[in-house]
Amino acid sequence: MRYSLLKIIKEGLTGNKGWRPIWRNPEPKKKYDVIIIGGGGHGLSTAYYLSNVYGINNVAVLEKGWIGSGNIGRNTTIIRSNYMLPGNEPFYELSLKLWEGLEQDFNYNAMISQRGIINLFHSDGQRDAYARRGNAMLLEGADAELLDEESVRDICPFLDFNNARFPIKGGLMQKRGGTVRHDAVAWGYARGADNKGVDIIQNCEVTGFKIVNGVCRGVETNLGPISANKIASCAAGSSSRVMSLAGIKLPIESHVLQAFVSEGLKPILPNVITFGAGHFYVSQSDKGGLVFGGDIDGYNSYAQRGNLPVVEDVCEGGMALMPFIGRAKLLRMWGGVMDMSMDGSPFIDKTHIQGLYFNGGWCYGGFKATPASGLCYAHLLATDEPHEVAKELTLDRFIHGKIIDEKGVGAQPNLH
Amino acid sequence: MVINHPLLGPRDASEFVYLGDASLMDRPNWLDKDAGQKFYKYQYLRDNPHLEHKELWFHEQGDRSWLIVTRNISTHEILTVELAKKFFDKGV
Ligand SMILES: Cc1cc2nc3c(=O)[nH]c(=O)nc-3n(C[C@H](O)[C@H](O)[C@H](O)COP(=O)(O)OP(=O)(O)OC[C@H]3O[C@@H](n4cnc5c(N)ncnc54)[C@H](O)[C@@H]3O)c2cc1C
Repeated sequence: MRYSLLKIIKEGLTGNKGWRPIWRNPEPKKKYDVIIIGGGGHGLSTAYYLSNVYGINNVAVLEKGWIGSGNIGRNTTIIRSNYMLPGNEPFYELSLKLWEGLEQDFNYNAMISQRGIINLFHSDGQRDAYARRGNAMLLEGADAELLDEESVRDICPFLDFNNARFPIKGGLMQKRGGTVRHDAVAWGYARGADNKGVDIIQNCEVTGFKIVNGVCRGVETNLGPISANKIASCAAGSSSRVMSLAGIKLPIESHVLQAFVSEGLKPILPNVITFGAGHFYVSQSDKGGLVFGGDIDGYNSYAQRGNLPVVEDVCEGGMALMPFIGRAKLLRMWGGVMDMSMDGSPFIDKTHIQGLYFNGGWCYGGFKATPASGLCYAHLLATDEPHEVAKELTLDRFIHGKIIDEKGVGAQPNLH
Repeated sequence: MVINHPLLGPRDASEFVYLGDASLMDRPNWLDKDAGQKFYKYQYLRDNPHLEHKELWFHEQGDRSWLIVTRNISTHEILTVELAKKFFDKGV
């Protein structure tokens, strides 16, 4: 069923009786060409591009809960391509380009809003760093604009420009950045993949791998064994748990990141704003809630909830940046498990076990990567060659010293 | 989280700095023949278990001792707390 204005009018006039569930709930088959482990954003987009771009339809997505129950439904929905290093920036820029055409491509309203993102700076040194980053973005064909204090004032007059400790001196703006309705992304990709015959199997947990003579031939699940020619792990925060079933140790630690939503307010934030002097980022949802977050809690965790010191830290960041936020009540907060990698950059690669592939290490920034991650992973699965923009996202880059460390903090995942 | 410091009693976790897996105490010998591989594994690969995890916490805003905390990673429950020094004294 294609969605269109005509369809909405027709359904509206006939009592909305024609809408159908947008994906099936099939029983797993005995064998597939490709099994994808994890029905998060990346698993579903991989299935979508495999079936829609690479013509591989005999695919199953196995999800231990329901699709959208992981980080794809827990993030703060910010998309941008303001990275600096050559291993990252072309990848994220491709992702942003894919976002720009996504709703037409998969015929689903993902509420993509390119409202722009401003990274504020508060000192001369920070201005220089952002100028450099902006130039690196321009070199890769992304958009970037260095704003002075006056220009930031025009856009966001409500910020605390004269904060005694961290006055706002300007910002790096990416106008094409913005926000997206996160779970609609999961649903849209699921629908698009299901339309092409991909089986999305929920409540199906992978509990082991079938590995014969160094070749992975299938998985064990709570619904019984399923075979496949290629098995693609895409389990984000649970990556280490899944890969340990194949005896693989990853350059990843799992950490918890929290997010917060205030009560609904009238429109006040025109775009996404990040504070440069602490870790705080905020946007306003279409329902009016201020959606914000900050640092990860900083210790290993699989708990999907965090602790109070970070809540305090995030709220202090908000108060320093825009004191009016203190008048809004906090409505909800939650946590998600991040697959923090050793250099803060992700992996899309084969493993040393033939037939077993790995996608993970997305840290707190994998939502924006959802389209490109799916496309590049599908490319790797279909051709056994890395996609042009994902060549450097290899699992063994640490052995060869080809680290992609945007922040330059070294192998300390809780600092990335 | 409250960490039961063996010398100072219950202390708020925010007084501490977190380093990571306690295996970081077992630094390889740089003279070993395959020291390169060993350092790669030591520095970059993690078990990252989802239940019990032994980890290093530094009491930066306290007595500046290193602790080995064993935590349930899925509930944040702290199981045991020991001074890391104890293990060094044994020559580990
Ligand atoms: C609070 C928060 C805020 C964030 N904000 C942003 C942001 O603003 N911008 C941004 O770009 N990124 C952000 N992120 C990061 C982003 O959400 C993640 O990097 C990204 O969603 C991870 O990929 P995914 O969608 O595939 O993960 P998930 O949705 O977590 O998918 C993984 C799936 O694998 C399943 N699974 C695990 N183990 C098994 C198994 N054994 N068998 C079967 N299935 C299994 C899980 O149930 C899960 O559904 C944020 C994350 C959080 C938690």
